[in-house]
Amino acid sequence: MHRCPVSRRDSLRWFGAAATTLAASALPATLAFASAASGATADGNRLVVVLLRGALDGLAAVPAVGDPAWADLRGHADTAATLATPLILDGTFAMHPALGHLHHWYTEKNLLVVHATASAYRERSHFDAQQLLESGGDRPFAFQTGWLGRALQSSNQNAMAMTAAMPLALRGADAASTWTPERRGGHDRDLMARVAQMYSDDAALNTAFAQAMGQQDLAMGAENGAQGSAGFSQLARQAGVFLSAPKGPRVAWLEAGGWDTHTQQGPRLQRLLTALDEGLGALRAALGSHWAKTTVLVMTEFGRSARLNGTGGTDHGTGGVAFVAGGAVAGGRVQADWPGLASANLLDGRDLRPTLDLRSLIAPALQRQFGLSSAQLQDQVFPGMTARPLQLWHS
Amino acid sequence: MHAATIASHRFGYSETSLSAIKADPRAWVKEQIERPQPFDSAGLIDSVKALVLTREVLKTALSAPKVEPGQVGKQDMDDLGPLTPSRRELRQHNVRGLARSWQQTIATTTPVAERWVHFWINHFTVAATKGTMIALVGPHQVEAIRPHAFGSFKNLARAATVHPAMLLYLDNAQSFGPDSRAGKRREKGLNENLARELLELHTLGVNGGYTQADVTETARLLTGWTVRPETQGKAEFMAALHQPGSKTILGKSYPEGPAALDQLLTDLSRHPSCSKFLANKLVRHFVTDEPPAALVDAVATRFRTSDGDLRAVAHTLFSHDLAWSPDHAPKFKRPEELVLSAHRMLKQPVDSVEQLVFAVQGMGQAVGRAPSPQGWPDRAEDWLSPDALLKRVQWAERFGELHRENADARALAQLAWGADLSRSTLQHIERAESSAQALALALSSPEFQRR
Repeated sequence: MHRCPVSRRDSLRWFGAAATTLAASALPATLAFASAASGATADGNRLVVVLLRGALDGLAAVPAVGDPAWADLRGHADTAATLATPLILDGTFAMHPALGHLHHWYTEKNLLVVHATASAYRERSHFDAQQLLESGGDRPFAFQTGWLGRALQSSNQNAMAMTAAMPLALRGADAASTWTPERRGGHDRDLMARVAQMYSDDAALNTAFAQAMGQQDLAMGAENGAQGSAGFSQLARQAGVFLSAPKGPRVAWLEAGGWDTHTQQGPRLQRLLTALDEGLGALRAALGSHWAKTTVLVMTEFGRSARLNGTGGTDHGTGGVAFVAGGAVAGGRVQADWPGLASANLLDGRDLRPTLDLRSLIAPALQRQFGLSSAQLQDQVFPGMTARPLQLWHS
Repeated sequence: MHAATIASHRFGYSETSLSAIKADPRAWVKEQIERPQPFDSAGLIDSVKALVLTREVLKTALSAPKVEPGQVGKQDMDDLGPLTPSRRELRQHNVRGLARSWQQTIATTTPVAERWVHFWINHFTVAATKGTMIALVGPHQVEAIRPHAFGSFKNLARAATVHPAMLLYLDNAQSFGPDSRAGKRREKGLNENLARELLELHTLGVNGGYTQADVTETARLLTGWTVRPETQGKAEFMAALHQPGSKTILGKSYPEGPAALDQLLTDLSRHPSCSKFLANKLVRHFVTDEPPAALVDAVATRFRTSDGDLRAVAHTLFSHDLAWSPDHAPKFKRPEELVLSAHRMLKQPVDSVEQLVFAVQGMGQAVGRAPSPQGWPDRAEDWLSPDALLKRVQWAERFGELHRENADARALAQLAWGADLSRSTLQHIERAESSAQALALALSSPEFQRR
């Protein structure tokens, strides 16, 4: 386990509502952001963001097997399953057995595991939490656009969301688009041209339709064998294909649902985590040599209750886990200012206490990808953010 | 927009012609609220039979050879193993139920009332996103929502909550009072899923003024309400599962036992947050994405003064000048609304339910399988994206090809929108190179994509 370079007491001052007295301008911004901007030029970099909707149980994905309170909280069955085939990370943490690719990346030092992390949200509604995580504010509905959209808007890069509808995180960017596999082909080019013309007086329809038409060509040229159900693995592979195309987008957004595991979560998480792991493996395979310049962020809206509930599942919680993967990531370690799982240390007596703001990972990834100045980051992308960015890269 | 266009498209599901509405659009709407056309459920499966069938299907699926691990986002529905006779029968029931519901939307004489019902169906969302739910979405609509959509909100909430579909969907069926007889014996405990959504999504709204402690206490109050195989899948209260002792929610104490739920629902329905939350959601759905405060206030006030009488609330909403204002940004139709309003406008029954389900899913809406208990979102940006729009136009293209013989798109557009049809849209329809293309353009037009 690696600890933050600052003490826990100090680090706490950098985020959460308690930090409101710290004006944004008082941040040692140049220091904090300098390393992110140096080292690599934005050119050629790829960014992939994966949102797990429904709240991944961080203590199941990356169990704190070395924490004395863990076994008691998680019950005998969960403990036995994890210890049967342990993917040990360090003296405190292991990885769920379904996460084979991720564990391998960890041993290659291409994966950074971030634990006890959360957004600024401290309630337990999925919908508000996702709104806040995607919009990047300090409270739900403070912003109606997303942090990725705002960051993209100040760059000349394109983004592709592998979703039917535009996710909030990408709203606010003209250069963001959406794509899912076409289910019924054979559309009439002439009709499409007429529709485009008919939309010319309707700004919203006009923009969306023009983007849709433009990217059809891109997708046709893309190597795309597997048609059929738009499973995560297929979408992740396709995202890798898009990102590898010379004129393709440089940013991709992926999401996967089903993580709201209130009951009997063992088998369900086995299935979900397997699919997630396979998908991320497929993404890396499709990226090929671009992996060296790729950053993948995997996050969820909040963690789940530390203790299993009465039905073998977990209820809505707070602190959880996130992953940062990629060829340039300084991985092979668990970044956690671990608060401990003893009851006195749990938030509200029930949740893993968050000690790191998710924006601490997002901000440096955006800086590297878009070459943003710290002023741009503070003014446009995360107004009001006081969280201190993490060092994610090999220096 | 003229009042008749607003009545037809914004409040209803797009009439073939405005001629019957023009004389008095407000009366046209009011009459529907007074006398909504009943829904014919004859021959549809009820929740008791649905659960018997579900158990058979799941039993077979569990004993079948293990399938490959599914993919993330793939529903449990896809993991049911081979297509056994019971599974085929269940699927036929689901298709029949959906076909009947869609036919009602397409052919009803009271489309505004039907949209009102659909609002409440979505408000109390249950979804076929796990094994036990594969046959229960339709029965929940027919048994719990439709009978109460114009009655008291409290009764609607009671019926929606104490139904096998909701008790299973939000896990209350397996929530045990930790100190109940069964809970102690089997070492099982609380599941707060239903309790949280009852407060957050069904009554008070996320900022409605409750705390985590209120959620936990509500979960305790709700223990006991369950569904068992032995009683043929009827929702029931089992004292053995119920957490003993009184519960305190929002500062008020509720006694042990089944009667507490009725008291709680009455109190929640009278809470100021509830009327505000519901009024805002209603106005967003029926009028515009950014609800005008004066209209929300009027609807919320009526909700309070009528003690949650939903027919009275509907009358207030549909008789308010602000609801009829032509100045609001129009709504962007959700995918299911879009396709059903096309079938309605063209008086065209759905020929293949499965194909239409597939098409609507491509536009971002998996019918009957809303991704969360929040139901389908209700703003343009939730549905308008490049990919979704392309799929809507592709659907219009195919619809035009299939139904080109059934309508003259030029005449149709003029009848359906009257003076509100834009010159540009009319010109594009007129200049189309084929009747199929003309129809595709009419259905792709901004007028039809919005309401």
